Amino acid sequence: MTHAAVNAMGPPSPTARGVDAYDMKLGMWVFLGSEVMFFTALIGTYVILRFGAPGEWARPGIVLSIPITAFNTFLLICSSVSMVKAYAAIADGNPKLLNVWMLVTIICGAMFVGIQVYEYQHLIHRGLLPSGVREGSELAELVANGTLPEATMGLYGSSFYTMTGFHGFHVTCGVISMLYLYVTKALRGKYTPQDYRGVEVVGLYWHFVDLVWIILFTIVYLV
Amino acid sequence: MLASLFVPEGASRAGWTEYAPLSASFEYSGSNVGQMLWSVSIIVLGLSSILGSTNYITTVINNRAPGMTWFRMPLSVWSLFITAILGLLAIPVLAGAAIMLLFDQLLHTNFFNVAAGGQPLLWQHLFWFFGHPEVYILILPAMGMVSDMIANGSRKPVFGYHSMVFAIIGIGFLGWIVWGHHMFMSGMNPTLGTSFMVSTMVIAVPSAIKTFNWMGTMWRGNIRFHVPMLNAVAFVAMFVIGGLSGIFMAATPVDMHIHDTYFIVAHLHYVLFGGSLFALFGAITYWYPKMFGRMMSERWGKIHFWLTFVFYNLVFFPMHNLGMGGSMRRIYDPTMYDFLKPMQPLNTFISICAFILFAVQAIFALKFIISLFRGPKAPLNPWEDNGLEWTLPNPAPHGNWERTPSVYRGPYEFSSPLVEEDYLPQTRKLPTDPEPAQHVPAASH
Repeated sequence: MTHAAVNAMGPPSPTARGVDAYDMKLGMWVFLGSEVMFFTALIGTYVILRFGAPGEWARPGIVLSIPITAFNTFLLICSSVSMVKAYAAIADGNPKLLNVWMLVTIICGAMFVGIQVYEYQHLIHRGLLPSGVREGSELAELVANGTLPEATMGLYGSSFYTMTGFHGFHVTCGVISMLYLYVTKALRGKYTPQDYRGVEVVGLYWHFVDLVWIILFTIVYLV
Repeated sequence: MLASLFVPEGASRAGWTEYAPLSASFEYSGSNVGQMLWSVSIIVLGLSSILGSTNYITTVINNRAPGMTWFRMPLSVWSLFITAILGLLAIPVLAGAAIMLLFDQLLHTNFFNVAAGGQPLLWQHLFWFFGHPEVYILILPAMGMVSDMIANGSRKPVFGYHSMVFAIIGIGFLGWIVWGHHMFMSGMNPTLGTSFMVSTMVIAVPSAIKTFNWMGTMWRGNIRFHVPMLNAVAFVAMFVIGGLSGIFMAATPVDMHIHDTYFIVAHLHYVLFGGSLFALFGAITYWYPKMFGRMMSERWGKIHFWLTFVFYNLVFFPMHNLGMGGSMRRIYDPTMYDFLKPMQPLNTFISICAFILFAVQAIFALKFIISLFRGPKAPLNPWEDNGLEWTLPNPAPHGNWERTPSVYRGPYEFSSPLVEEDYLPQTRKLPTDPEPAQHVPAASH
């Protein structure tokens, strides 16, 4: 189905459309604009705090586990791929394949969140708190022997948990939304090649969340 | 936020600007749960505003009636549209800041904690990056509604409609690059201060364009001094005064002396009260018949307007003098400073007038409620205006129109030579009007 045909779905508006997109899609794009500003505030803060910090920043890989998180990143990217495949499936008129790929996306998204939660637990156990390094913990010893810089660990913990936490919250909301649509619409066959706007709109949100993660992973974990 | 008034230690006590570290640290502010509740309420309220903005923007872009092109929209709608964009993009930054503040308060993160490398100045930047677009959010809808009311009261099209639209867009855009003028005293590099000074002065230009256009609208109009018109004209005059005092503080060297004095308080009240609030009084009176089916009392409306106008000026104009004399903001007892003692009678005078001003507002409040039951029943179009809403019953039913209306012309066709009446509604079809492009009218849902 053509792009124009997708956009012609839904109740026809009696006027030439402002933009060539149905209301829900335009609304999602507008909402994503606000989300961009939100994450810009958080990421901008991180940049300012890190590069204005009173000391060295912890080197990559010492506090955070890059291998596990790299796998997680891969998982999230795969979930974006499966989202696209779900969209393509219903566009081509195959609702059963839509269900398969949507479920894959939901599972990958849920696994991402699960692995993040596991990571958080591990980090807290090792001693990274939002307020910094816990006394007597494994990371506190690394601070004591100079592997980790004492002056900036407070900022490290604050920025890490806030940025990844809100990203994880957004992924969770995405998983829940997708699950809701899956159960109430996809499984009941309510998406048709003539109207699958919900799939496209939740897909837009999902890709946005993926994009934010790629940026976060790069600047928080790798740099 | 209301609940925070009743928790132990009471509500937030760091000013509406909630500067860190006062707001972030219990040991500085003395208010623990109250401060956290402030942060939470901002996040929740912010989210609702963002969603509302999404709705407005999508509706204005995609759901206009056939024939309602961008440049046939009333200025009230244009202003609400631009305001929604400002809110959409500015409020998330405030939300991010409030979240960081909440985490500093609750989880002992260190965003604004100097001891751990945080930066209180970060709060200022984040807050004011939101805070300046916020004040344009406060004034733009007022400007739009004032345009509608003045055109109606003058029985003339808005002078320079296109430039009014571009001025709204210009104010909306420029509002993003001036936030530093709230921080001139924060120790910033003077060069940065200069750049904010320049951008702040530039933003006066589109506002001035609008002022001249309002005057041009009224010029040689067949003026009807109904209550909304009185309030709208007061808006123009008072907003000009507020804007002029704003130029003083836009100049960084001057602001060094008047920052955090009553001169600023005078400025902000002239634009917010003299501006937005008068526009609000006018707009409520104007659209009240459409909302509730009855007219507010014209006589009491005029009494309220004149009393408010007089006492409002008596309260806030002397604050310019107070501020120039050095009277600081947010101090408990000015008489403890010798250099402020001579101005204390002026302070007392302002306070007395303020109590009277507040009491006068009871007129408006009572009028509002009483007119719901005892006001004269309103005709469909009591102000003889051109907008789409005036074709609806009072109040409008769900979905507004059963059949989607068509729009044939702009919103300000007053005193048109084509018809006998001095107004020509947007939806009225004349024999010479072409039909706008339509599809099958959609059922609203």
